[in-house]
Amino acid sequence: MATKASRSAARLMMAPAVILLMGWMLVPLVLTVFFSFKKYLPLRGDRWQNGLDWVGFDNYVRFVSSSSFWPAVQTTLIIVLGVLIITVSLGVLLALLLDQPMWGQGIVRILVIAPFFVMPTVSALVWKNMFMDPNNGLFAHLWQFFGAEPVSWLSEASLPSIILIVSWQWLPFATLILLTAIQSLDSEQLEAAEMDGAPILSRFGHIVLPHLGRAITIVILIQTIFLLSVFAEIFVTTGGAFGSRTLTYLIFQRVLESQNVGLGSAGGVYAIILANIVAIFLMRIVGKNLDT
Amino acid sequence: MGKIELKQVTKSFGDVQVIPPLDLTIEDGEFTVFVGPSGCGKSTLLRLIAGLEDITSGHIEIDGKDATNLVPAKRGLAMVFQSYALYPHMSVRKNIAFPLKMAKMDQAAIKKRVEGAAQVLNLTDYLDRRPGQLSGGQRQRVAIGRAIVREPSAFLFDEPLSNLDAALRVGMRMEISELHKKLDTTMVYVTHDQVEAMTMADKIVVLQAGVIEQVGSPLELYRAPRNIFVAGFIGSPKMNLISGAEAASHDAHTIGIRPEHIDVVESDGQWQGTVGVSEHLGSDTFFHIHNTGLADTLTVRAIGDVNLRHGDTIHLKPRTAEFHRFDAQGLRIA
Repeated sequence: MATKASRSAARLMMAPAVILLMGWMLVPLVLTVFFSFKKYLPLRGDRWQNGLDWVGFDNYVRFVSSSSFWPAVQTTLIIVLGVLIITVSLGVLLALLLDQPMWGQGIVRILVIAPFFVMPTVSALVWKNMFMDPNNGLFAHLWQFFGAEPVSWLSEASLPSIILIVSWQWLPFATLILLTAIQSLDSEQLEAAEMDGAPILSRFGHIVLPHLGRAITIVILIQTIFLLSVFAEIFVTTGGAFGSRTLTYLIFQRVLESQNVGLGSAGGVYAIILANIVAIFLMRIVGKNLDT
Repeated sequence: MGKIELKQVTKSFGDVQVIPPLDLTIEDGEFTVFVGPSGCGKSTLLRLIAGLEDITSGHIEIDGKDATNLVPAKRGLAMVFQSYALYPHMSVRKNIAFPLKMAKMDQAAIKKRVEGAAQVLNLTDYLDRRPGQLSGGQRQRVAIGRAIVREPSAFLFDEPLSNLDAALRVGMRMEISELHKKLDTTMVYVTHDQVEAMTMADKIVVLQAGVIEQVGSPLELYRAPRNIFVAGFIGSPKMNLISGAEAASHDAHTIGIRPEHIDVVESDGQWQGTVGVSEHLGSDTFFHIHNTGLADTLTVRAIGDVNLRHGDTIHLKPRTAEFHRFDAQGLRIA
């Protein structure tokens, strides 16, 4: 874009996309903020046409002072952290494994990526009914085979179960990104380290892992954004019971189960703030890592 | 302290034998250069010595001890790679210190050695930079620094100058030669550039398709190439190779004459032809001559600036004493 003319032409041509995207984001955002300051209970007869009562920060105060708010934040963070730890560490190991030359590499790689193509709702249902069902699930049979009492996973260990399901879905993503990063490592660097007397674990720690640093931060960043809004897996499995209610799920319950749009919108604004705090924090780390 | 012996070493990748049985002795303190066209197996040979590739059969001895099955780290060799293979996330100091850290040397000793190496290589001001912030020549020096701190019994260089520009290459060539004089350690150097080989080596090993064509000092190879391949490979510009009647009159299948051994004369030359491209270097002029009836092109070096233009007829007088004669198999006739 060298000349003034081509610059303004470019701006003109980009405008529709920019306006569409801005509208896409701004309209719901403004509406959410608008509702969060209103009393809006459709079942009690509040109607848009009749005008909604302005209630100031009441909804915000009520949302935070509810006994389920802090547990929901905690649950959200536990799920995000748990999934991140599992996917990143297993992802690195799988990527190392898949980088080795082996027979049937192409097929194995496709199989590893496969879970990513399964819809969250479907995979949660499959896990719930096929593996975790306390009567007919594969885990139950396995436990019985060893003479143990079958665990009813989703009620007794609801959070670990959900973390397991979500990790299974996101592991392929982490593996894929980390695999491409490993493939870009200059093999002469590893050979140089070998000549320098570094045993295999040191080579991993001193050469491979620092090389992967950038890819790992990107995996963490992208996954965090998506994991903060995990919903289908909880809806399908526990329905928010047994301590598995995340912030997203709490908002859903406020709006649809309690039919309190104002309160839910206030929760939505809190969720936006939380996501932004996490994002700023992560961008700092990524920025630092991408610099060097 | 740095004698390397290869005995009947072979290397195959699958069914393809890239190095047929090969014997070679590299004496202690010697600067040996492996030279040959690309794909001749010279880098593979170096990697076999380093231990980065397993040999298929034969023995490698380093300092008189069998090293055939030793892992690279235990062979006491240091290698400088073509891409330098610096660790991008470590500072220059940490890069150079890495082999010492792996050898679990104590901090004070590491610091002393790293700073010593940095001094030798003029890197003291750059110790806290990352490799990405250095120029090509500086990176090259860091790679050498990482090799010398280990005080290895021999250095292996894998085309270390091929990523540098021409001017820097000449400079680094001198620095490496000087380093060799200073350290007096065995160095094995791989290159495809015969000028590097001629200027740096104590001993040149000319390789073609994994086979050693000739081993000798630079001047031995220049004066008495053992076969046509070596004759054509060593020397710049290339030796002129002439076969046919002219060769037969000298009792040979092919005769070779170097461009610098043909004189340009006013008339009465033994040979004559038309001038094609001429390259004027100031000190010398290289003429590429056609229509001589001897070979496609004949290259001739004239001292200084000779005033001949494209298409002019040129008279040439070869110094017959400088002819190299080869038989039908391409071997030198003594």
